[in-house]
Amino acid sequence: MNVVRRMAQWNELIHPDRIHGSLYTDRSIFEAELQNIWYRTWVYVGHESEVPKANDYVVKSIGPQSVIMTRDEQGKVNLLLNRCSHRGNQVCSYDRGNARSFTCPFHSWTFANDGRLVGYAFPDGYEGQDRAELALGRVTRVESHRGFVFGSFAAEGPTLKEHLGGAAETIDRLVRTSPEGEVEVTAGFLKHRVKANWKFILENECDGYHPAFVHTSIFGVADSMIGKLYGGASTALTRDYGNGHTEIDLRPEFRKRDLPMSWFGTSEERLPDYTARMKAAYGDTAAREIMIDGTPHVMIFPNLFIAEIQMFVIQPLGVDDSVQHVTALQFKGAPDLNRRLRQQTMGSVGPAGFLLADDSEMYERCHRGVLARNPEWVFLGRGEKRERRDELGFKIGHVTDEVPSRGIWAHYRKLMEAA
Amino acid sequence: MLSRESSATLMGAVTAFLNREARLQDEHQYEAWERLWTDDGVYWVPANGANIDPEREMSIIYDNRSRIALRVRQLMTGKHFTQTPQSNLRRLVSNIELMGEQPGGDIAVASNSLIFESSLRDDTLWAARNEYRLRHVDGDLRMAYKKVVLVNNDKAIYTLSFLV
Ligand code: FES
Ligand SMILES: [Fe+2]
Repeated sequence: MNVVRRMAQWNELIHPDRIHGSLYTDRSIFEAELQNIWYRTWVYVGHESEVPKANDYVVKSIGPQSVIMTRDEQGKVNLLLNRCSHRGNQVCSYDRGNARSFTCPFHSWTFANDGRLVGYAFPDGYEGQDRAELALGRVTRVESHRGFVFGSFAAEGPTLKEHLGGAAETIDRLVRTSPEGEVEVTAGFLKHRVKANWKFILENECDGYHPAFVHTSIFGVADSMIGKLYGGASTALTRDYGNGHTEIDLRPEFRKRDLPMSWFGTSEERLPDYTARMKAAYGDTAAREIMIDGTPHVMIFPNLFIAEIQMFVIQPLGVDDSVQHVTALQFKGAPDLNRRLRQQTMGSVGPAGFLLADDSEMYERCHRGVLARNPEWVFLGRGEKRERRDELGFKIGHVTDEVPSRGIWAHYRKLMEAA
Repeated sequence: MLSRESSATLMGAVTAFLNREARLQDEHQYEAWERLWTDDGVYWVPANGANIDPEREMSIIYDNRSRIALRVRQLMTGKHFTQTPQSNLRRLVSNIELMGEQPGGDIAVASNSLIFESSLRDDTLWAARNEYRLRHVDGDLRMAYKKVVLVNNDKAIYTLSFLV
């Protein structure tokens, strides 16, 4: 089969400093990615705060597959596949709600919100049938970190903790922005569709080379301080955490400024309530440090992007069809901060956002561009010679270097070769 | 309650206003479009339905007057790449209805619009229900409020970088 033939070729398609353009456009490669990445490794699905009460549910996805995230009566979070075990009808047709059970509209089989088959219509045709065999499909393993729920279809493999590795600390860093130590996902999602391969999005999230050019229109007219973070003179870093996780670490710049809340373009004076709550929660010194460092800019492979004030979830639908689901991060116990987070998020991202509209244009043009086969390669060598290691041993480089892309592709190659 | 004559006159003025707005949008006349707004204008494109609370939930666009100005300024740079080159646009505005006078004297208006966009990506058809609050300012009609409810705003949509 095509996919098998490919397997021997991954090392030919992926070099340390360049990758073959077909990796973005070949349909058989996309199918192989579904099997080797999306249906095998840990994929971010949803956040526990989206199903706060018993029997709450919200429909999510893993790649093209619809997944119902439920909180059952016992308070446990389940990831169920939205597919009736009878003839395959989708059992849930609403995006969210509160339901103890789901009744399939086709022949009325009913499933509890933990996936059990609890009844079929006209039960007298089912003598001797073991109902347990006909439960809803489940995402095989479910684990969460700080409320972020991940699923894996593989029965075995690294734990979520092992998968996240050094990148787990970025999520820990994120939740400290809340005086109560919790992120909440309560503002609803914008869903932005692009005609581009999902890996253009994945790589772009930690590409610190492009903002000075792609976002020049908004940096020029809004007095934004973001532009400088990505300039040639910036002290910000890129980092490769391994396992495909990558980061743009802006803390060196924020520490130079030494101004609490400057990372968000505001000040302690404008957020007196938040500042007071942070100091009460963490003490003056630690609160000040958190409020100077700000939140991370991290891409958790393959689909969870935390962009300082927003959360993005990448969903691949086809080789050239992807959706970014995006929402404002909300921090428990920080209403005044949350309001600003929502306002800024609505301005900057989503289909009409000042920033993201231009990023999406780049993914789509790249996708059309790489269909041309000369030159065949995408060059990723920027900063290769000046890569170094940080004190924890992770590869780092200048904010404009392609350390993240090289890290992503090295991990990708391992996953694809392991088929 | 408006008399039949004055209501017909008003309908004529409103229709002319909406047609003019549509033409300015289709032809990327950003500054002229911006001048249609009152100083307290609100431009709202909700997501996930027509009646979400924009103060609590994400909208595709939720601009106050200064953000409308910023949106226009970004378009005017010529480097807002998603509109460089500009989309070719034509829209139909129809089903215009006067929905009555508002407490402050503003006129509530509703219409439908169907927009054909041709861009580098592809040709895209957009459909929306629009709600306006129009106000007489120095003898001219202006927009104090415009809400655009895209028919498919609960789904994943392509980039929407023109003035909708
Ligand atoms: S397909 Fe669901 S009950 Fe038949
Ligand atoms: Fe960008």
